Amino acid sequence: MAKTVTKKNVKVLENINGVAKTNRLLVLKTYKIYIGGKFPRTESGRYYELKDSSGNLLANMCLSSRKDYRNAVVAARGASGPWAERAAFNRSQILYRIGEMLEGRRAQFVDELMQMGSSKLSAEQEVDLSIDRLIYYAGWCDKYTQIFSSINPVASAHFNFSVPEATGVVAAITSESTGLLGLVSIIAPVIAGGNSIIALASETHALCAISFAEVINSSDVPGGVVNIITGKEDELHKHMSTHMDVNSFIYAGSNAEHLKTIQVNAADNVKRILDYSKVEWNSEEGQSPYFISDHQETKTTWHPIENIGGSSSKY
Amino acid sequence: MIRIKSKDLLPDFKFSPAVDQVGIEERTARFQTRSIKSETKVVGLKKVLNMIDLTTLEGKDTPGKVKQMCYKAQHLHDSIPDLPSTAAVCVYPSMVSLAKAELIGSGVKVASVSTAFPSGQAPMEVKIGDTKFAVDQGADEIDMVISRGRFHTGDYNFVFDEIAAIKEACGKARLKVILETGELGTLDKVRRASDIAMYAGADFIKTSTGKISVAATMPVTLVMLEAIKDYYYKTGIMIGMKPAGGISKAKLALHYLVMVRETLGDAWLTNEWFRFGASSLANDVLMQLVKQETGAYQSADYFSID
Repeated sequence: MAKTVTKKNVKVLENINGVAKTNRLLVLKTYKIYIGGKFPRTESGRYYELKDSSGNLLANMCLSSRKDYRNAVVAARGASGPWAERAAFNRSQILYRIGEMLEGRRAQFVDELMQMGSSKLSAEQEVDLSIDRLIYYAGWCDKYTQIFSSINPVASAHFNFSVPEATGVVAAITSESTGLLGLVSIIAPVIAGGNSIIALASETHALCAISFAEVINSSDVPGGVVNIITGKEDELHKHMSTHMDVNSFIYAGSNAEHLKTIQVNAADNVKRILDYSKVEWNSEEGQSPYFISDHQETKTTWHPIENIGGSSSKY
Repeated sequence: MIRIKSKDLLPDFKFSPAVDQVGIEERTARFQTRSIKSETKVVGLKKVLNMIDLTTLEGKDTPGKVKQMCYKAQHLHDSIPDLPSTAAVCVYPSMVSLAKAELIGSGVKVASVSTAFPSGQAPMEVKIGDTKFAVDQGADEIDMVISRGRFHTGDYNFVFDEIAAIKEACGKARLKVILETGELGTLDKVRRASDIAMYAGADFIKTSTGKISVAATMPVTLVMLEAIKDYYYKTGIMIGMKPAGGISKAKLALHYLVMVRETLGDAWLTNEWFRFGASSLANDVLMQLVKQETGAYQSADYFSID
């Protein structure tokens, strides 16, 4: 299979299907975007050509517009409340399910990564790590709350405690350099924490993003919890960051100017900005419960109690 | 109080025109392809706001809730200058006097549902009493429901007489007749009920109570608008239209305005002759207006609930 990497994708597909060279016209997948549990085409009707390193056309990808993004935010907002209210254990089961589904389609993802320029070894590593990462965060779903909660000492007659709660809708510009791992590493902790997300896939590594959407779509993830669009960061980062109905924003790209614009725009509704541009997703630092707590709001409760210590009887 | 005095002009409602359902659906689909942008959109959206009957019709309505809604009707979003108020608020009879007091001098009308809303399953005296109570409390408009059960059994005279009797009880208040089209079943029946209501004295015909799942739809509204058009050509009398329930997005509301304009003309594009019965539409329209101004898509977090 490896020897076919440099050939056109048509050849690769022929070999994967174990079909000898024939005149059969291959049925290629139309890569669409993923919004609200459905796979619409971009409303703009625009596309861009995704090419491999030697300039061969891999697919026509949707060049999403700000209206696609808006639709995705509407879907994400609708899904975020019910998703946060699900039992933590149930969210855990669903994340595990995504891992299972991804494992089952391992070969397809390895193939797509190779089409986009990875070596066989690194493609396999990337897929394996992505699956493991999903399982890692599946485990955290019903554990991070305990770790990040606290009982706080206060100088009044109150029982005072703090618990993390999902912030709501998270938008993300994902890493440009990895097609799958960067996307999974951002989506998994966000949804593990009960948020919904709109992720802009890597422009040049977009194949896996949409195939991953298919995995999500068959993993009992409610529609709207994860939304994936493809397109140009350059065109979308402004609109993504001005949207008032987004609570938190992840930037994992590499353009300092874009990050600055995003930070300025985010001030309008005090979006939380998380700069993940330096994170090495391929290493240990690419997974941590702190990626979950990044998208949590702390709720503190003051519960009145009798001041037992100060009022004890003297006789 | 029947406006049509001559018996010759009163049609046999059994022969109301049949509706071409396929044609109606194709026509309404085309209204939804209109693209309305920039300044036109802003003008349209402000018109929509001014046509809304801001509505709360819940068993759990409290005086506080009604007061809050009356405030909202007059102060839709104070950070945008020159916004109109809504056309009216729509409440149960027991809340009319409160709403009236809250809206003094604002120009916002008080509409009250009556006649044992939403089912209409009560004796005639009760319905008339219900209506008179609302009018005495100061209601400017009465939204009545027709007896759908009687309508389905073909007892059109009963339905007609009932509307006429309520119209009489309304006095100066304008009467909106709710057909509850979701319970009528076919567009033919919608057309027939519209004809009965208009000939019996309705000032407005209204699609729905908002209490059952199929509320206002574009096809049903178009059938009713066509009925209004035919009635106008025959009698010279203008009748208002109020789709209610299920219209919660600004874009859809604009498509309704397109439909009204292209069916009845500009004369109907005021809140004198066209209303939206809605509770969540106002905020979506406001969000669109702020978006037009700032360029940024808005969040419901920054708009008052009503």
